[in-house]
Amino acid sequence: MTEPTVWYGQLTTRRRLLARGFLFIAGGISWLAVFLLLPSLALFVVSFMKRDADGVLIWELTLESFARIFGSASGENARILIRSIVLALIATSASVTLAYPMGFFIARGSRRRRFFWLALVIVPLCTNLVIRTFSWKLLLSAQLMPAKLAAWLGWIDPGRDIYPSWTAVALGLVAASLPFAVVPLYTSIDRLDWSLVEAAQDLYASRLRVFFAAILPQTLPGLSVAVILTFVPAMSVFVVSDMLGGAKHWLIGNLIQHQFGPGRNIPYGAALSLLLIILTLGGVSLYRRNGRSVEIL
Amino acid sequence: MIQRLRDFFSSSARRITRPPTESEAARNPGCSLVVENVSKSFGKTQILNDVSFTAEAGEFVTLLGPSGCGKTTLLRIIAGLDRSDRGRILLAGRAVDHLPANRRPVNTVFQNYALFPHLSVFENVAFGLRSRSIPDPEVRDRVRSSLSMLKLDDLAERYPHQISGGQKQRVALARAVVNEPEVLLLDEPMSALDAKLRAEVQLDLRRLQRALGKTFVLVTHDQDEAMTVSDRIVLMNKGRIEQQGVTAEVYERPQSRFAAEFFGAANLISAQRVGATLVFTTVGALRVQTTPQWEFGTLAIHPEWIELCENEPPENGVRGVVRESFYRGDHVELIIEPGPLRVQLSPRARLTPGSSVWLALPAERLEVLSD
Amino acid sequence: MSSGRGPWRALTTVAAFFGFGLLYVPLLAVAMYSFNTAERGLIWTGFSVRWYIELLADPETSRRAREIREVAVNTLVLGGASTVISTVLGTLLALGMRFPWPSSVSRLLESIVDIPAVAPDITFAAVLVMAFNVLRRVVDHWFEPGMTTMIISHVTFEIAFVTLIVRSRLVAIGPTLSEAAMDLYASPWRHFRRVTLPLLWPAIVGGAMLAFTLSLNDFVISFFTSGPRSVTLPLYVYQSQMRGVRTDLFAISTLLLIGVAASIMILERLTRWRHN
Repeated sequence: MTEPTVWYGQLTTRRRLLARGFLFIAGGISWLAVFLLLPSLALFVVSFMKRDADGVLIWELTLESFARIFGSASGENARILIRSIVLALIATSASVTLAYPMGFFIARGSRRRRFFWLALVIVPLCTNLVIRTFSWKLLLSAQLMPAKLAAWLGWIDPGRDIYPSWTAVALGLVAASLPFAVVPLYTSIDRLDWSLVEAAQDLYASRLRVFFAAILPQTLPGLSVAVILTFVPAMSVFVVSDMLGGAKHWLIGNLIQHQFGPGRNIPYGAALSLLLIILTLGGVSLYRRNGRSVEIL
Repeated sequence: MIQRLRDFFSSSARRITRPPTESEAARNPGCSLVVENVSKSFGKTQILNDVSFTAEAGEFVTLLGPSGCGKTTLLRIIAGLDRSDRGRILLAGRAVDHLPANRRPVNTVFQNYALFPHLSVFENVAFGLRSRSIPDPEVRDRVRSSLSMLKLDDLAERYPHQISGGQKQRVALARAVVNEPEVLLLDEPMSALDAKLRAEVQLDLRRLQRALGKTFVLVTHDQDEAMTVSDRIVLMNKGRIEQQGVTAEVYERPQSRFAAEFFGAANLISAQRVGATLVFTTVGALRVQTTPQWEFGTLAIHPEWIELCENEPPENGVRGVVRESFYRGDHVELIIEPGPLRVQLSPRARLTPGSSVWLALPAERLEVLSD
Repeated sequence: MSSGRGPWRALTTVAAFFGFGLLYVPLLAVAMYSFNTAERGLIWTGFSVRWYIELLADPETSRRAREIREVAVNTLVLGGASTVISTVLGTLLALGMRFPWPSSVSRLLESIVDIPAVAPDITFAAVLVMAFNVLRRVVDHWFEPGMTTMIISHVTFEIAFVTLIVRSRLVAIGPTLSEAAMDLYASPWRHFRRVTLPLLWPAIVGGAMLAFTLSLNDFVISFFTSGPRSVTLPLYVYQSQMRGVRTDLFAISTLLLIGVAASIMILERLTRWRHN
């Protein structure tokens, strides 16, 4: 520790270096420790606690909250969980499916055109989700074309909005996820080695085989980032299902929000949050394995 | 008589190549750089193992060796960018091991030049002078003169990304020489240039060093480059010094298999000692000048020293058959059995494959290798 | 680029336009209805810029303009304060992380910094609610829901992003330029001031801009940690839309979109200017 070392051309000792390094990280780390790490621990502990009728915590260990998630008595909650996963999968696969042609379309143009179309993706990315969901609420209102068309086709009663409905939630969710899928995929597509694609075109007749043999493997890093960036937020979304769904169209996000808000069941909310974190950690490890080489933004 | 003179010269040359002891370094104040018994390990890998060499003032010394032989680490230790585990470094007679890089009188030309991308060529070259708070007018004069010495006058206001690779390399040189360091260190400065430019730059570098009269220490893996530019070569392998000496000496008189093979061209002949100066080899009995220290070992001879004879030569004659012949413009290369021996002849000697020849392997050119 | 011809190319184009449609048709509808004369509802009664003028009206006389003014100030204060704090802390953290820590420590640091970048925002919000619940018991009135708690929350998730960006730039710069500076007699401070900092500057600015964007983009964390007097723009839109569709909300949304588009254009100009 005290013997001299050279670091970035400076002659010093390891102990002095670490003392200096500590000064640099002290602020950020103590901030994150107080507001992120210790509270996460608290969240973990609280998920094993009880509460009384007013929502006040009782210091007593119990698995009640977890039983409520996984237990047989959980009917509606289990349905919400499964629904969240299914909707997140739909949103992810739909936005990735759309993101591929969009990525190819953007990569096709000249420098200026590329920037234009990419900017068109980035503007929604930088716009608050509340505003974007609000715009869907407007578009799906009874007075506008989509609702009239749906009514004419007999899908909804005339004079009714398309929301609240699962269709509206799914539409809002896909639109919300789409930019997060396009940007990483475009980055991968832009770096595609086209000679491999041409070689595959010589070998295989079918376009689909060309895609799976030459394009998919090359865009895999971008794809895995796109999946993580769309699936994790889609799992935990709360704004979209709240504004376009309402009380009958809850997802985990709404469930958690309810426990911390009007539901006053913080242990249950904590347990649900833990579940979401575990689902996310799976995503992180996937991201770490494949996505490191791709820069997002 | 001639024989004895040759012996005298070769043994005196060998005396210089012996690693200097501490007393030798102390007795030799003319040395710009003394590296004494330097060792370095990273974890369990030993990078440098008891390395010693000196560079006299105004000398161009090259650290030559394959990649991973520790030559760059040695350079970094001299510059203060790495620390040795043992041994010491003296610059102009002063031990500098306790000094950080920014207080050592050396400057480095880095492999990828390490020009500051946010500073103009002028400010890059001025960086070292400004660090030492040299007054502005002097900075301007010195930067201007070193820029013009390297023919960079027109590029002063450009930025590194606006100039070519060769120009970057000259800027890196200017940035180092402007500080008038005791020793200038060059870490493979030509590896990023294409072959044609490299040959040109090698000559320029040698001229620059002569003009400045400064001590240069170059690190390279390219033996041609080493021979073109240096006064002395320190040949390194696996963290040790394999051989050091005047450039021609290291080339012509390899002392180990590694040295003979690294310079590529030499014929290696397996041999068994049968007398004090007589050995049996794969090409017949040969007489050598130094007594081998081994029972079984290797001899080396460069292709250009093998002579072609009309009749059987008086000593070390080999009767052979030409197997292949390659015309190389300035010379003809023959592959001759037994051996096979590679022989270089003037292109006038037209020998077709299949013809028999007498070769002479002069005893004074047959090197007895140490291993 | 040879992405094929004929039906394949056409199909790609159609799918791409469908995607862009999903993103923009609702936003265009919003822009259109922001010019409606009716105060609420979606019956088109005529074209006017009345709601834009109303937003900029004298705060003394118009309640709505006063609200908007307050909300805008809150949003900018939240974004600005959290950006400044998180940029300073995140940059220092990135600089500190390159010190030769034992590998276990540096791995721990890396995963701590990665958490906010990948954790779902609702769990993040839950964690922060826990934090303030606990802290309120320790220190009485500092952590009441309001601007302070919101700034703290935003800083907490922005630090990680700033650190990630600055760190990747530090890795890209590498140690060689520092060594060159030291080789050229620079003191550690001069080397930091004249070499590291100028090279790091674009990443620090980039990190700060990302932090600000994230702050403006956030709804969930603000929603969990805000107080009655710290309503920001997303919260205001969310609360107002629950009470029905108001034309001035369309105008606000449209202005916001134009703002985002304009900043992206300016940013592109600036970076292109720097390249030339």
